[in-house]
Amino acid sequence: MKKILLSSIIIIIGVMFIGRLSYLQIFSFSPDQVLEDPAIKPIYDYPERGYIYDRNGELLVGNDPAYDVMVIPREVEPLDTLEFCNLLGIDKEKFVEKLRKARIYSPRLPSVLVPQLSKEDYAMLQEKMRKYEGFYIQKRSLRYYDTPSAANVLGYISEVNERDLAKNPYYAQGELTGRTGVEKQYDEVLRGRKGVQYIQKDRFNRDIGRYKGGILDTLPEQGKEIHISIDKLLQEYGERLMHGKRGGIVAIEPASGEILSMISGPTYDPALLVGRERSKNYSKLHYDTISKPLFDRSISFEKEPGSPFKTLNALAALQEGVINPMTKVRCYNGFYVGRNKKGCHCGGGLRNLNSGIYKSCNAYFADTFRKIFDKFPTTDEGMDVWEKHMRSFGLGGYLGSDIYTGRPGRIPNKAFYDKWYGDNRWTASYIISNAIGQGEVAATPLQLANMAAAIANRGFYYTPHVLKKVEGKDITNPKFVEPKHTTIDRKHFDEVIRGMADVYKKGTAKWIQVPGIEIAGKTGTVENFTLIDSVKTQLTDNSVFVAFAPVDQPKIAIAVYIENGYYGGRYAGHIASLMIEKYLKGEITRKDLEKRMLEKTLEHEYAKPYSGEEFKINEYVW
Amino acid sequence: MSGKNVLKRIDWLTILFFLLLVAIGWVNIYSSTFSGNEQSIFNFDTLYGKQFFFIGVSFAAIILILALESSFYERFSSVLYIISLVLLLGLFLFGKTIAGATSWYDLGFFNLQPSELAKVATALALAKYLSDIQTDIKRRKDQLYAFLIIFIPALLIVPQPDPGSAMVFFALVFVIFREGLPLYYLGIGLMAVLVFITTLMFGTTWVGVGLALLITVFLTVKKATFKVPLFPLASFFVIAIAFSLSVNFVFNNVFEQRHRDRFSLWLRLEKDPDKLEEIRKTIGYNTYQSEKAIESGGLFGKGFLEGTRTKGDFVPEQHTDYIFSTVGEEWGFLGTTTVVVLFTLLLLRLVYLAERQRSDFSRMYGYGVISILFIHYFINIGMVIGVLPTIGIPLPFFSYGGSGLLGFTALLFIFLKLDANRLNEWL
Repeated sequence: MKKILLSSIIIIIGVMFIGRLSYLQIFSFSPDQVLEDPAIKPIYDYPERGYIYDRNGELLVGNDPAYDVMVIPREVEPLDTLEFCNLLGIDKEKFVEKLRKARIYSPRLPSVLVPQLSKEDYAMLQEKMRKYEGFYIQKRSLRYYDTPSAANVLGYISEVNERDLAKNPYYAQGELTGRTGVEKQYDEVLRGRKGVQYIQKDRFNRDIGRYKGGILDTLPEQGKEIHISIDKLLQEYGERLMHGKRGGIVAIEPASGEILSMISGPTYDPALLVGRERSKNYSKLHYDTISKPLFDRSISFEKEPGSPFKTLNALAALQEGVINPMTKVRCYNGFYVGRNKKGCHCGGGLRNLNSGIYKSCNAYFADTFRKIFDKFPTTDEGMDVWEKHMRSFGLGGYLGSDIYTGRPGRIPNKAFYDKWYGDNRWTASYIISNAIGQGEVAATPLQLANMAAAIANRGFYYTPHVLKKVEGKDITNPKFVEPKHTTIDRKHFDEVIRGMADVYKKGTAKWIQVPGIEIAGKTGTVENFTLIDSVKTQLTDNSVFVAFAPVDQPKIAIAVYIENGYYGGRYAGHIASLMIEKYLKGEITRKDLEKRMLEKTLEHEYAKPYSGEEFKINEYVW
Repeated sequence: MSGKNVLKRIDWLTILFFLLLVAIGWVNIYSSTFSGNEQSIFNFDTLYGKQFFFIGVSFAAIILILALESSFYERFSSVLYIISLVLLLGLFLFGKTIAGATSWYDLGFFNLQPSELAKVATALALAKYLSDIQTDIKRRKDQLYAFLIIFIPALLIVPQPDPGSAMVFFALVFVIFREGLPLYYLGIGLMAVLVFITTLMFGTTWVGVGLALLITVFLTVKKATFKVPLFPLASFFVIAIAFSLSVNFVFNNVFEQRHRDRFSLWLRLEKDPDKLEEIRKTIGYNTYQSEKAIESGGLFGKGFLEGTRTKGDFVPEQHTDYIFSTVGEEWGFLGTTTVVVLFTLLLLRLVYLAERQRSDFSRMYGYGVISILFIHYFINIGMVIGVLPTIGIPLPFFSYGGSGLLGFTALLFIFLKLDANRLNEWL
């Protein structure tokens, strides 16, 4: 026993050590230790973010150098504080406080003392910087906007947060990422790929050379420049037209699905969200809960589409064979649902498809809508067919565009009404409002513009998108270059389009004809309600206009939705006609109309619900 | 006895293990003190250059040790012991303080650490005393004297303060066990350690429950063959519980916070993640960093001079007490296992050599050598890989330091000299 005691202890301890070592080095070992190793610090080399151009090659977004004054507290030598503060343009207390914070953060590592100096300040400071030990200037790159418009399309970039970090391992603390719009959707294309250098550090965090002589280091990959389909001039013009008005304008090139302009009113200058004042400006925009400038009405504002929706009901009825262009309906200045009479503004009389559209006859379309349902033995079947046709125009669901946010709109289905009324407890009459684009249907301006493009193309559309070229090459994404077909046959479109063209020639929009351009359009006047102190209150109608031009070989399809703009031909119609003229002709012939649209605002309408007083709606004066 | 004879009879296998350990050790010292720019290994401004010089000095010492008459060591063991005690005492007057411990004599070109010499001398003196014809280890008085030989240098070293080195002397108790000290001394010691640890980990109540369970099992098994020794068992139980309670008392009232922290770190008593993080940055920094460095080596290691944590000096004292973490990081599991296996083989070889001695003195000294090497190896690696509390003692043949290397070399080669001479002994 006593002879083998020590030997056995030696062996047991040896085995124990090997066990512990295998636990440490084999079981606890993780191979991606380069990132966890405190001795290796990656230093990133950020490539310049890609530029964004419009469809004609005009610069929209570039980069601007910015200069941060940095400090390494440990290296600071006694200095003439007052002179230095004057140079930096900050007061002494702030300087002392910043220096103290920097020292608390780390005496050895650089901290930002004054962020984002202007070029002028930088030029002044640069000369004298040598005098101040421990301070230096670091160049950074900020987004520069060559346009005051398109903030909602372009989006903005900001520092990554915890969630981004958890979601995407590419990012490190303090990096920038696209937040909305194109900057977000095409972030990976624009940002390029950062280069990395692994630096070997000692325990005081001092550099002691390259890790493994730099074999793991990578070079940065430049961000790619992109062309987006937005027309800079049209976008800027549209935003000027939206001055003082709330709503959205979306214009699409029907032949490609490219979005020519996407305007939300009110909007903001994208340059507000760059630079030193960024957070202050953002708060201001964010907390404007009345006009909501950050709310992109062009894609997120889903409301009843109004009369333009009648064209779809006409197409569905033609496709189902329940009407033909000669089918006539009498309008009694309204129509009856049971014993209730619903009004109509068309003037009354016998209507066919053509006059039904250009006079926007409610009675005609209520009857057409009912005919679709009457074709089928049950309302449910009729509903399914109707829903299928409506959805084929990209309504009632996300379009799948490359705009990051947005709303799906709504096309009600039988489940929707079953829930509302009960199974088999409703008929077409219950939901007759949908015939004229009121009631439960809802669409965003983007969807309405897409609907116009589908009609303009006589039965198909391309998913709307804003990306046109990457590095000068046209996009090939099948999602955007392959047509989506509607469920309506091509032959049915001609009669409906003739009706829409007659809207301009002799119908509800005859006052806003554009000389030399043949336009097909449809006005809409949408009743709308709000709650004021919990009381349902009607506000001035929303003004809607959907159009495309020229009628043959359309180049632009447009939807304009102006909140409280009253009837469709008033604000929306005028703005649409100006937009079309601007895009097709490049200049405006109707100067006084343009002047009036640019100057007139609807602020008085928007103030009404907040006035606390009784107010009138739908006033004719303007 | 001619030099030729020594070279013929010396145990070359042990020398091979020794040379391997010294070589591997130096390579790792080179790596952990390498500053990035190539310098000659003979440059004495660098630590690896100095260590290279010490290795040379040790080789010179080996020649001297082997050249001396083997009976010299037995005859002069008492003198050496007294000299080392005087040197230890002298530290109180003339000692040089490095890092808070007054453990060195400043010899100008070299700092001498007498505690290293004392290890050799004590091993010799103990062997001499125990092998004396008049000593009977079964006698209480002789047991006491043997313990005194061990304790006196330890007591002189504790106030330096260098509790780590002092602890090493207790390892010599193994020698006494080998020579016939009843094993229940060891049993009691082990039991005390066990109760101490379990009390800290689970509390007195569970220790009581556990002991009661053990005794019950013991009784049911033994009942059939023996008369039940009720009284000793009961008193054992009472003493164990009393000890457990006193452990609690001592831990909470006598220990200082830093001691408590060390134990709570060792036994993983702290579960709160915030406090763990705090411990990792303060008291547990060394252990945490060295564990991490070893862990990051993986199976094959990062390669010679490629250890990022070694290069970054993340593990404090890496070239001395924590040298094993360099092996772990740069040579991986294969490297660490090689070192552990080398030590195990060396120690087992020494046990074999000790057992074949004809002279009692040689055998006892051999056991002394084994005990001292083993305790260093056990505590050092145990500490570096985080299974033992932090006790600062070097890894033999590995750690940077002239006195240490010289001490361990002398310790080992005196025994090899005795072994080579075993056939000339006529006892």
